[in-house]
Amino acid sequence: MTNPSSDPVRFLDERLGTAGPLRKAMRYLFPDHWSFLLGEVALYSFMVLVLTGTFLALFFEPSDAPTTWSGPYTPLDGEPMTRAYASALDLSFKVPGGLLIRQTHHWAALVFLVAILLHLLRIIYTAAFRKPRELNYMVGLTLLGVAILEGYLGYSLLDDLLSGMGLAIGYGTALSIPFAGGPLGSLLWDGPFPGGDAFFPRMFFAHVFLLPALIAVLISVHLAMIVRQRHSQFRGPGRRQSNVVGSPLWPSYALRSLGLFAATAATLFLAGGLVQINPIWQWGPFEPYLGENGAQPDWYLGWLIGALRLMPNIELHVFGHTIVPNPFFGGLLFPTVVFMVLYAWPWFERRFLSRDYRRHDLLDRPRDQPRRTAFATAFLVWVATVFLAGSADRLFLAFGVSYEVQVQLFRALFFLAPVAAYVIALRICQDLRRRGHPLRRVSRTMVRRNAEGGFDDVGADGAEAEQPGRELERR
Amino acid sequence: MSRRLRNALLLWGLVRGLLRAPRASEDDDGRGGLPGWGPDSADADADPTRRETGAPAWAELTLVALLVGAAVLFVAFAVLIAAAPDTQALGLTAGGALALVAAALILAGNRVAPQETAVEERPALIDPEAERELESEAEAGTDGVSRRKLIVAAAGAAGTGLAAAAALPVTALGPGPSALKGSPWRASVRLVDELGKPISANDVVEGAFVTAFPEGADTRELAAPVVLVRVDPATLRLPAERRGWAPEGLLAYSKICTHASCAVSLFRYPLYERRSSGPALVCPCHYSTFDVRRAAKVVFGPAGRPLPQLPLRVDAKRDILAAGPLSGSVGPAWFGTDRGKS
Repeated sequence: MTNPSSDPVRFLDERLGTAGPLRKAMRYLFPDHWSFLLGEVALYSFMVLVLTGTFLALFFEPSDAPTTWSGPYTPLDGEPMTRAYASALDLSFKVPGGLLIRQTHHWAALVFLVAILLHLLRIIYTAAFRKPRELNYMVGLTLLGVAILEGYLGYSLLDDLLSGMGLAIGYGTALSIPFAGGPLGSLLWDGPFPGGDAFFPRMFFAHVFLLPALIAVLISVHLAMIVRQRHSQFRGPGRRQSNVVGSPLWPSYALRSLGLFAATAATLFLAGGLVQINPIWQWGPFEPYLGENGAQPDWYLGWLIGALRLMPNIELHVFGHTIVPNPFFGGLLFPTVVFMVLYAWPWFERRFLSRDYRRHDLLDRPRDQPRRTAFATAFLVWVATVFLAGSADRLFLAFGVSYEVQVQLFRALFFLAPVAAYVIALRICQDLRRRGHPLRRVSRTMVRRNAEGGFDDVGADGAEAEQPGRELERR
Repeated sequence: MSRRLRNALLLWGLVRGLLRAPRASEDDDGRGGLPGWGPDSADADADPTRRETGAPAWAELTLVALLVGAAVLFVAFAVLIAAAPDTQALGLTAGGALALVAAALILAGNRVAPQETAVEERPALIDPEAERELESEAEAGTDGVSRRKLIVAAAGAAGTGLAAAAALPVTALGPGPSALKGSPWRASVRLVDELGKPISANDVVEGAFVTAFPEGADTRELAAPVVLVRVDPATLRLPAERRGWAPEGLLAYSKICTHASCAVSLFRYPLYERRSSGPALVCPCHYSTFDVRRAAKVVFGPAGRPLPQLPLRVDAKRDILAAGPLSGSVGPAWFGTDRGKS
């Protein structure tokens, strides 16, 4: 009989045969590059979200039943409101450490989505989506979509004025789905907006169980696929398609990665304690007849509110009956197009741009395929223009430009900015390919001593040379 | 072939020519690499492996100091939670402790633990032998079964039945879309404020912006809130059939935006009309702008139809009453919503 404390290795091996697989896991190799950490930051933000969210769920009450709040914040003391909003106020003002955890949770959600987006950009610019990683790329995109929905439900739960306005827009957009919108909105909200008794518990269940479970499953699949194929890597000495060069998991990489987890959590807790985010007591309780100017959603919804704003007032209708209401175009069609382009990217690029059906485990640098980089930049700028239109309230406060002028301006940029971005990115890539990186360019001049003892410049040589080991791949 | 069609085909050919790159050759650009794999690095033959051990004393001692510091801050956090839970102090201690842990782990990973760069062969994913075996194994599962198509069809029927059985109870989640159409506005319903107090016509002056509800109705009902404004009757430009809807220039429109159901809570009232546009209701969410004099016609923004108007009358006590129901469907449209006249 093996003692689990004196010989845990043998104890587990006897029962599960773990020694071999664990030994292999300890030798799993991680190529070293800073951009590979973006996905890890997303993973660690998700862990912070689960931990802080568990704490919050112990106190939050997902109910729109009326109540009267009393507490140390005098403007709301004795005010009628829903139990959801009242319990969120209790979390902020009465539970020890409650505000810290609530704000850390909110910051973690913002960072989670920033990290996913930057990770996606890294994947696209370095062409990590190519065979054999197309499926994993699509799993990652799905993660992004689910994370956006999860974040939206999270701040919608609190039932303050800001979240209520967000839900109203969500309701209007759900109703705009052709054919199915009306019944769907009525079913989801358990009646007309602001919703029946079942609506808040439903949102809560989706936010704390359904979607987090889905995200956890998708993350597991994402990681399992990576482990099966091993990490991709950049070109460099000894780097082949058929090998992986990097640090083994044990011990140095595990320590560094845990360090990244601690650093992510530290940043989020410091932000949660020191930088105010979503001060719900300032917004006040939501009523369907109330709205406020300058209300901004969480950043990852900015592109949707921007698209809703930029869409001209077109609706399809026949004989005085609406067929396609307006919010469909900005709130549903636009994000659908964006996600469809992203899902189709690996297949589309292979079919029309590269005609390259080979397996790639070595990454491109952005300049190596200028047209891909230019198209990606144009696409990014296109979405970013719409995103900026979502912050028109802030731009009005900062620059005093009226909403009307801003909307017209952004409508023009919607068409012009991607073209400009394409041209500029293409030129930069081509220049980098031709002349190398301006900061890493090796400049050499050959001089010859002449008979008088002076030096003659006999011409620049090698100004176009790149540093060794950075030779370009040309097709 | 018509000229237009030929031009379109030419354009398509041009676009295809621009989009398409030559097919990458299978036999790699003389750079090695395996069949079916892209080209290798230029210096793929170099040996990148290394292993360095030996932790410097300063690193080990700093590591200890960082970990002890983290312990102190974690204890400070626990004490604060119990004694004086101040958000900033809690954030500083918890975040600070985690930052020290992060510094310790990164130092340990980079300076104390052995540093190693290793090389591993990537596993081949394709195994044609296994693929063949998998296929024949799968096919062997139907050996000796003669009515395959019939069985598959029956299974399909069961699946369809299951889908229907799963889909139809979904309709129990909520009421049908006809529930979205209700409105408490009828003729002779008095307009009151959010506390239920009747609104006197004398209190609604030009430039004022009043939110009103039907007397006795639930203020959270979407069709309930209307905005009440007054304009100079001489400037009104209502359609002919609404001529009597605005006594003394008093106008009432649904407060819920016909675009995405936000409350239309901004009133853009001109200070000097000759140099700016007329009075308009603006939705703060997506800037839909409704001209109050022209029956809430959309003059800017994404809304697809005007705000429904409530016909008004003023009684002898100067109370404001509805003279009929709202002119159309309240709030955002869905498939089949009546767009109303105007």
